[in-house]
Amino acid sequence: MSGILVFALHYEGAFNKNSLGGVSEAAKLAEQLGCEAHAVVIGDVSDELAATLGNYGATKVFRAKDVPEGLAQPVVDVMAKVMGDNGHDYALFGGGLLGFEIGAGLAARLNAGVTMEVTHVNVADGKLTAERPIHGDSSISTSHYKDRGIIIGRLNAFEIAAPSDAAAVVEDVDVQLSEFSTRATMVTRGEQRGEDIDIESADILVAGGRGLGKPEGFELCEALAEALGGAVAATRAVVDAGWYPYSTQIGQTGKTVSPKLYLAAGISGAIQHKVGFQSAENIVAINKDSNAPIFEYSDLGIVGDLNKILPKLTEAVKVRKGS
Amino acid sequence: MKICVLVKEVPDAAVEKRIDPSTGRMDRSGERNLNPYDTHAIEAAMQVREGGEVEVDEIVAVTMGPSSAVRALHKAVSLGADRSVHLSDDALAGSDVVATGYALAKLLERESPDLVLLGQQSDDGECYTIGAVVADHLQMPSLTQVIKMDVTPGTLRCERQAEYGYDTVEIALPAVISVGDAINEPRYPSLKAIMGAKKKPLDAVGIGDVGLEAERVGEAGSKVACGDFKPPPQKAAGEIIEDEDTNETVAKIIAWLDERKLLA
Ligand SMILES: Cc1cc2nc3c(=O)[nH]c(=O)nc-3n(C[C@H](O)[C@H](O)[C@H](O)COP(=O)(O)OP(=O)(O)OC[C@H]3O[C@@H](n4cnc5c(N)ncnc54)[C@H](O)[C@@H]3O)c2cc1C
Ligand SMILES: Nc1ncnc2c1ncn2[C@@H]1O[C@H](COP(=O)(O)O)[C@@H](O)[C@H]1O
Repeated sequence: MSGILVFALHYEGAFNKNSLGGVSEAAKLAEQLGCEAHAVVIGDVSDELAATLGNYGATKVFRAKDVPEGLAQPVVDVMAKVMGDNGHDYALFGGGLLGFEIGAGLAARLNAGVTMEVTHVNVADGKLTAERPIHGDSSISTSHYKDRGIIIGRLNAFEIAAPSDAAAVVEDVDVQLSEFSTRATMVTRGEQRGEDIDIESADILVAGGRGLGKPEGFELCEALAEALGGAVAATRAVVDAGWYPYSTQIGQTGKTVSPKLYLAAGISGAIQHKVGFQSAENIVAINKDSNAPIFEYSDLGIVGDLNKILPKLTEAVKVRKGS
Repeated sequence: MKICVLVKEVPDAAVEKRIDPSTGRMDRSGERNLNPYDTHAIEAAMQVREGGEVEVDEIVAVTMGPSSAVRALHKAVSLGADRSVHLSDDALAGSDVVATGYALAKLLERESPDLVLLGQQSDDGECYTIGAVVADHLQMPSLTQVIKMDVTPGTLRCERQAEYGYDTVEIALPAVISVGDAINEPRYPSLKAIMGAKKKPLDAVGIGDVGLEAERVGEAGSKVACGDFKPPPQKAAGEIIEDEDTNETVAKIIAWLDERKLLA
């Protein structure tokens, strides 16, 4: 039996949105291929929660209970066993980070083809092909799998289907982990660094990156955001550096937003950042490097020094708004 | 302790990247350089050595790539590696991620490292997954995007950001770690180190030397074929303002925002 196996990531009692997108996508493709979409969950997942993957089209959920959560290699062991026992031809992952590590490890284990950052999956001649943007999104390449295929989606690439009330069958599997998979242990998971700030409800976001130069540089963004009536967002580079709270990070391992205005200052516009805000209605970028990738997809780009522009822009906004 | 750092030669970011439409492979012409993300991996190795928690006997830069890749190795050595290993063979051309990771793992087996370090991504491949492939073949624990790494004899304590925040993971050595660019600020090589780099041992090997199965590498051994290159959906080009007179620039931005009713 062929089929598509999806890894469904869960945390604190809920499935990851990108995983639900992955299950929805797999179900759609399975229907076209004439096979079934199944899911894998690990660790502490109740029968009820696991069965809800049926709402998005998974007919069966394989659950490996005693497997540590948050690490990739134990999941590789589980998925390799499930695919081996059940003959799945494809494995699919929604965007994020763990899926990249699991998918690549699984490809090595099964000697299968793997494509990451996938934005579209197509069915051709009874097989799946995967489209992936390359070279800073300047071209799109299509992967053809010679044998089994592993598809790792880009963040938000797969849409979540409207949930039905179908429930998936839950089957427990027993998997012997590889010795090396047990040599990494989670000490703490999901630590929130910095304050918890709500940026998802803001219509206007002023985002700052490494180009702000120092943590205090964010004061320029805060002043502009206040004048515009918006909130402040950040890139991973500055969050990793401890300049700004993780709760404000946009992108692959941060939040996804679609505000009316996203004004990016001192941000290069890396793809892992772009995927978190590309559906914003208006994108404005201020960067001193005219070759910065962000100018490729901004609606208004200003080539210049943010230290000169931001303070004056803030004053002008205040004047315009009469405050 | 022996550390191997995987480094790659990539097209210089300032130079335009393109795929050769007839072969589907990356056009390798033009300026090339050491993948900038890999300098963080070399620096991480240097900091383990200088940290004094463990004794580092050797730091070895390892690459797989065409003959031009020796320049990336020289750069890696100028940044602190003691010697380098270069796997180059016509049979490797066109290798996909899995084939590349397999070949690198075979190469690393000869070195028996206690720690393998990689960069967070290659500037041209942008897969951020070679580490996971290498680790599975070497049967070593692994983690990617690590931004803090504390070493004690036999173990690593690593921090990295994943989907739900920061994770701290303890890993037993030997291990494969890819480091995020926030882990450190790479040093600049001294002039002396640059001059001396070409004199450090460089071991050039082919696929016969590393005992890999030829049918698992190269275009034929790859499990995925890339093709049908097409341009992405075109978005209307944005407006660009060069900031010369900032007052004027700001007035233009205000007008632009006003037009879109963003200043209401
Ligand atoms: C698996 C993975 C997941 C990731 N997840 C995320 C994520 O969730 N979110 C995210 O943001 N990133 C993420 N990244 C990192 C991403 O690849 C980039 O490294 C990061 O977004 C870069 O941040 P930046 O733009 O602030 O810094 P840089 O890329 O260093 O850009 C700084 C920019 O500032 C400009 N600049 C400097 N000085 C000035 C000045 N005075 N005036 C104007 N401009 C100036 C420079 O020209 C430059 O373009 C991820 C990477 C990986 C591999
Ligand atoms: N051909 C190669 N030779 C040596 N190391 C490589 C090679 N390709 C990728 N790497 C390493 O793998 C990391 C991640 O690359 P990638 O998975 O291609 O994004 C790089 O930063 C390098 O450390």
